[in-house]
Amino acid sequence: MNAKTADRIAIAVVIAIAAVIMAVLAGLLGYLLFRGLSHVSWHFLTSAPQTIKTGGGIGPQLFNSIFLLVLTMLITVPLGLGAGIYMSEYAKANRFTAFVRLIVEVLSSFPSIVVGLFGLLIFVNQFGLKYSLVSGALALTVFNLPLMVRITEQSLAGVPREQKEAGLALGLSRWAAIRSVMLPIAFPTILTGTILAAGRVFGEAAALLFTAGMSSPRLDFTDWNPLHPASPLNPLRPAETLAVHIWKINSEGLAPDAPEIAAGASAMLIVIVLLFNFGARWLGRVIYRRMTASK
Amino acid sequence: MNNPANTETTHKADGARFGGGLFPKHIREEWIGRTYVYSCVGLLVVTIFSIVWFIASKGLSPFMTGGVSLREMLFGLKWQPEGKPPLFGALPFLFGSTATSFMAALIAAPFGFCAAVFMTQIAPKAGRSVLQPAIELLAGIPSVVYGFVGLSVVVPFLREHFPGQGIGIMAGSLVLAVMILPTVTTIATDALATLPAGLKEGSFALGATRWQTIYKLILPTTLPSLLTGIVLGISRAFGEALAVQMVIGNAPHIPRSLFESATTLTSVITLEMGNTVGGSLHNNALWSLALILLLMTFLFVFIVRMLERRARR
Repeated sequence: MNAKTADRIAIAVVIAIAAVIMAVLAGLLGYLLFRGLSHVSWHFLTSAPQTIKTGGGIGPQLFNSIFLLVLTMLITVPLGLGAGIYMSEYAKANRFTAFVRLIVEVLSSFPSIVVGLFGLLIFVNQFGLKYSLVSGALALTVFNLPLMVRITEQSLAGVPREQKEAGLALGLSRWAAIRSVMLPIAFPTILTGTILAAGRVFGEAAALLFTAGMSSPRLDFTDWNPLHPASPLNPLRPAETLAVHIWKINSEGLAPDAPEIAAGASAMLIVIVLLFNFGARWLGRVIYRRMTASK
Repeated sequence: MNNPANTETTHKADGARFGGGLFPKHIREEWIGRTYVYSCVGLLVVTIFSIVWFIASKGLSPFMTGGVSLREMLFGLKWQPEGKPPLFGALPFLFGSTATSFMAALIAAPFGFCAAVFMTQIAPKAGRSVLQPAIELLAGIPSVVYGFVGLSVVVPFLREHFPGQGIGIMAGSLVLAVMILPTVTTIATDALATLPAGLKEGSFALGATRWQTIYKLILPTTLPSLLTGIVLGISRAFGEALAVQMVIGNAPHIPRSLFESATTLTSVITLEMGNTVGGSLHNNALWSLALILLLMTFLFVFIVRMLERRARR
């Protein structure tokens, strides 16, 4: 076989593999949406799940997922911003910085189940928070923090040096220069990264099994006092999220329509994650266009 | 210093110029900012140490006080924590985790490399606008959804075309392969894209075809980076819990074929942690499994660091 034929065959194989990857993705999304969305209705999205009867919904789980995401981001964003600012602006090239960098790397490669177990040990048992939304949010913070740090650090590193130096030359303190000059410039990138991170949090289940729990109490959606046990806003109640629910009905679901519910819930999860993905890109582009003169 | 009246006047003069008294505004501001970022970093450090400390202290207790030998845990074949006497052989789990993650990497590696070649060498435009977003979407799909698709598509398919029930290491590896493909591809693409253009052009100028350039020049030059991607993929596959647990069958023994029910470290932890009483020997043995996962993570990070050092040279 001469070199040219070998070249053609090899290139054809590479293109075929690229096509296979596309086909896998298309098949995956097509299957999920086609099979799942037919089961999605207003009733399905708003009603509570049934244990042994058909017709159960995913209302509380959907609410729990969103509420937990908000709680997680409320804790993660300030912490991640602070540590990211340190890494990009205050860190000197010394041993301690190298050590912190290693920590971020290790923390981001911990299996999520290990993070969940740590949450069980510390937040659930030690702090006495029980299986609750707060425990779940704290565990997800541990899981999400390294990503947030990296996003902030990279966004700040992308800010032109002259901008910062101009600020410092005008007599601003370093902190003021970071806060009022650099952060606004880095904001679009940080926002895009944060939304993508939020998508990851939304689909996470393993870290939540033993922290936010696998059950949801009967919720009273007319009671919005966060101190009442049946209130949806109570952060100290156990909360099964959508992703955990999918896992649970697949492994121990007793309802006769469990496969359909799993398909519908998976479709919803995918749709929301896709919204996060496209939303982040779109928002990033819009803000970039607003802030610069480019098209 | 020994003239307090003098320093007093200096401060006053400073205060008059900057309008801030003993601590002018920009110094106060800087202190607040520094306190904030340093406490965030401090929290990060505390978190990692407490993770290691708490899981290690729980996970070591079966060896220290429970009378379980390390040898039994690592090489024992039987896992009967509630039996009499209780047996804590975790080798089937170690085997299952290792087999699924390495098989997944074996499947994902050629796919990832070819996708990277496609995006950087063959069709950069189509790669950037079609394949890249597709890979990013794959990375965004939650693991339980992969598990669900594995359970409702991959397992029935394997059941029909191969002997056995469809569940097992093969099903787990296929699901994991798709899950780690984005990791492998992204790192391979970065490595290929940062290759100096002169290398490739030199090869073409000598009359080499595209394929010859790829496998004689690009592949060897970028090998350390490609391996980094593969190790990161294995690391992710090793720690993945729910997607694998859903398709592997969860039988606690070493399977004789790829299509026979098996289990992994993460699956056992997931299934048994909720059903054991905290503080019991069974429960503590599960923490030992978690400790193994933790140590494996350190090992993977170490290997990645070594490879990155190689790649930089």
